[in-house]
Amino acid sequence: MCATCGCGDTKLVPVDVHEKILAGNDRVAGHNREHFADQGVLALNLMGSPGAGKTALLEATAGAVRGRWRLGAVSGDLATDNDARRLERAGIPSRAITTGQGCHLDAELVHHALHGFAVGDLDVFFIENVGNLVCPAIYDLGQAANVVALSVTEGEDKPLKYPVMFKAADLVLLTKCDLLPHLDVRVESVLEGLRRVMPRPRVIQFSARSGQGMAEWVAWLEEQKARVPARKGGASSHDHLPGEHVHEHRHADGTVHAHGHDHSPGAGHEHSHAEHVHEHRHADGTVHTHGHGHSPGAGHEHSHAEHVHEHRHADGTVHAHGHDHAPGTDHGHSHGS
Amino acid sequence: MHEYSLIQSLVTRVESEARARRASSVHRVVVALGELSGVDPELFATAYDTFRAGTLCEGAPLEVRRVEARWSCPGCGREIHRGQVLACDACRVPARLAPGGDEIVLETIEMEVP
Repeated sequence: MCATCGCGDTKLVPVDVHEKILAGNDRVAGHNREHFADQGVLALNLMGSPGAGKTALLEATAGAVRGRWRLGAVSGDLATDNDARRLERAGIPSRAITTGQGCHLDAELVHHALHGFAVGDLDVFFIENVGNLVCPAIYDLGQAANVVALSVTEGEDKPLKYPVMFKAADLVLLTKCDLLPHLDVRVESVLEGLRRVMPRPRVIQFSARSGQGMAEWVAWLEEQKARVPARKGGASSHDHLPGEHVHEHRHADGTVHAHGHDHSPGAGHEHSHAEHVHEHRHADGTVHTHGHGHSPGAGHEHSHAEHVHEHRHADGTVHAHGHDHAPGTDHGHSHGS
Repeated sequence: MHEYSLIQSLVTRVESEARARRASSVHRVVVALGELSGVDPELFATAYDTFRAGTLCEGAPLEVRRVEARWSCPGCGREIHRGQVLACDACRVPARLAPGGDEIVLETIEMEVP
């Protein structure tokens, strides 16, 4: 150090952080999970390779439980809303999440899709993930359980080749079993592989076409539903009791914003003339807090706005806010991206 | 290719920590990658090299500590080796993964502080 005044010199220090890099995603997933629990809805994360039969599974399930359970879904793909439209035709209210180049869904994408979705009216909510046996496995979305669809046409050794995905699975549905007579695949080898990557192997041999395994699958759903606490939330979807809900989001890029907000009953993630305070920490370290008012309306929509800005987060999520600023709030933006 | 989005989160986290401590520079970043974390260490390193340019991490090498996936019986403690069925024959219980084997953790940031 400078002997005269102590200025200038610096020291090299190790700072122990010990934080999961996905901590931000996990926080948002926790928020989603809380909502599913409040609404008494069973949320399932359905994963599997492209073409494993995820959409066909849901279509067949809709037929099997019609008149008994109300199903809903969000469906993730890089492009097109084909799957969501297929599900709609099968009687499952659905919404597409297009990820662009994103190879997986994350908790924030699901959170946004929930806004305005009447989850509280549902019994089972499926999150049909992007077809991919790798990346989706590590992102918690707030689901109660993970279901992996593995089709018999994918080969016997898929479990051993993709252990991370199968380790994350609570249930594996071995799909397209009606094709087995035409293939050289031995189901026993697939099961043997699964026992080496899943500590609690649970497998149902299934065919959307023949109906094989459907009863067992519905029984599994029933078992999972029994674990969901009885609904305690209000009448609607992603709804919060007035004034009692504060949540903080940390986005994949580290952005944090916390809202304290009041929600009016009835619609989506709606803010009713409440004081809505956000704190954003931007990638460049800038933090700014806004207070803003919302007019009653739909979704996560901000009117009364004189100020609109759009954020694109590292994970591809975009959200735009229009907001009024509380007088005196210091509000400097310096968006890096 | 989720390695790129993970690296963005990492760099942002490192930068905010460095700023909070008024660090003038970052010298080293240590990350622990579990064998079952779903992250490819080489891709992770490549993504870091791509993204760190122009950030506080520019001059900070990334040290990746690989954490092996170790399974054992939660009852008798017997180790269950790679490739074996993930259950204990004797205790008839599912195997348990040792902590870190499936995690991606920012462990340490070495930085120059006033």
